[in-house]
Amino acid sequence: MNIFEQLKRSFAITKKDLFIYYFKGPIIIQGLLIPAFLFIAFSFKRNMPLGFLMPGLLGMALFFAVSAITPVIAPWETRMKTFERLVSSPISLWAIILGDIVASVLFGLFITSFILLFSVILLGAGAINFSLILGTIIAAFCFSALGTLISAPPVDNPSNIMLLATLIKFPLIFISGVFIPVAEMGGFKILSYFSPLTYFVDLARHSIQRVSYFTSFVDLIVLFGFAILLFIVSIKWHEKSLAKRF
Amino acid sequence: MRAIQAKNLTKDFNGLRAVDNISFEVRMGEIFGLLGPNGAGKTTTIRILTGVLPPTRGKAYIGKHNIQKNPIEAKQLMGIVPEMANAYIDLSALRNLLLIGELYGIEKEKRIKKAENLLKLFGVYKKRNQKVKTFSKGMKQRIILAMALMNDSKILFLDEPIVGLDVESVRLIRGLIGKFNGKGITIFLTTHNIEEANQLCDRVAIMNYGKIVAIDRPENLRRTIQSTASVEVAFKETLDPNGLKFEGVIRVKKIGDKFRLYTEKPEDVIPLLVQHSRLSGNKIITLNTLGPSLEDVFVKLTKDKPPINKEGF
Repeated sequence: MNIFEQLKRSFAITKKDLFIYYFKGPIIIQGLLIPAFLFIAFSFKRNMPLGFLMPGLLGMALFFAVSAITPVIAPWETRMKTFERLVSSPISLWAIILGDIVASVLFGLFITSFILLFSVILLGAGAINFSLILGTIIAAFCFSALGTLISAPPVDNPSNIMLLATLIKFPLIFISGVFIPVAEMGGFKILSYFSPLTYFVDLARHSIQRVSYFTSFVDLIVLFGFAILLFIVSIKWHEKSLAKRF
Repeated sequence: MRAIQAKNLTKDFNGLRAVDNISFEVRMGEIFGLLGPNGAGKTTTIRILTGVLPPTRGKAYIGKHNIQKNPIEAKQLMGIVPEMANAYIDLSALRNLLLIGELYGIEKEKRIKKAENLLKLFGVYKKRNQKVKTFSKGMKQRIILAMALMNDSKILFLDEPIVGLDVESVRLIRGLIGKFNGKGITIFLTTHNIEEANQLCDRVAIMNYGKIVAIDRPENLRRTIQSTASVEVAFKETLDPNGLKFEGVIRVKKIGDKFRLYTEKPEDVIPLLVQHSRLSGNKIITLNTLGPSLEDVFVKLTKDKPPINKEGF
């Protein structure tokens, strides 16, 4: 079976996910509201320049948007017995996972396009560049792959996975230079190196503020590495846990 | 020519043996029934054959493809109706079928036409744009069966396809199973419903505690236990079945307003029944002698306790 045929079938999964999980008012609102509330809570009555706050908001919006649904698809579909239908169809497991990832990437890009538009209006067209657009796409894939990895434990109760996702996602926000620049994190700086969100926020900071901890090239390369690593680990873990799902 | 082959399939779950070294072949164009009580290993067997679960040991072939080594090619040949309703309830009936069409790599024009034809065949075309969550169980099951037929499957796996359905859906699905088989589709059916297997299947395998305890044509299986013939009788007035335990009667079973007396010698029991009727003044309304049913074979073969496994399971 050739890879292009599998990619076509993977896109069927993407379309299915978009119809079932993403094209829904509450999901779109949630994708915008959670980062907006976190942003307001942190910046309220603190005299911070918009140029510093926007990269953090962009990072949070993308991170929450793409990792909101991917962790629950596998447990939800296990419970609904639709996952068994997919697995028994002539589509590889990697193509199913890729389809889930691409759906959330598209959703994440849709949500962040509002933030990027907001940035351009407030800070001018120079606030975004090609590196940031490329980095946004790679980061969306990376965060989504993290979401599918979180969904790998063979459970059929989405709330268990949501709890696990929350335990992983929220600490990442605080160690990734969203609210405090990496350079000012002191002893916690080392932790930030292990979060892919660090590199995306750093890339956005470079694009919008013209200051960054790493170079844009390093940010892009590391994000790409994280994306590939998380995608492969996610496939392997799902393969391992598949037999325990049924 | 074989459609499905299981070779020494074994499946263990955390030290529990669900399928125990089973082997069988299903011929092309055959309706093959897998019968067994709950927990016998039927669904696990079907999951191994459809590539959902890997076997702990053994091999399974769909056509000439090893489901473990060439899963995509093997799955391309089959359609599946899993045990529980599993259409996407948030998608319309049409979108469910189109999704399956895409997963099987069917071209757009062909899959739209095929989906519409199937929806017409199953009597749900008018509701094709309604979400499946608004459908009754019977309608959902029709959609699931239609999904299994999207790819013009040569082999159809049906796991308990009529459980809990209304009479109309049962008749429709039974009729269609026969119709599809008439077109040369091989059908692998698991069921609790012995009468269903008896009416539909060319051959049946009876499974118990993970093992296949018998495999043959229903008629041949019946012949293996000729000793359990029975006499079915209905009296005008109700009576205590214990009063019918005459000499030579192995057991008495109440079936609705009738009693079935299992015996090796029906000819000896009939005079005793007539005598009982005369003495008690309770007239006999109907009296029939019956050969062993497939249900009798099933009961006889699955009443045993689980085999003690020497491997410690």
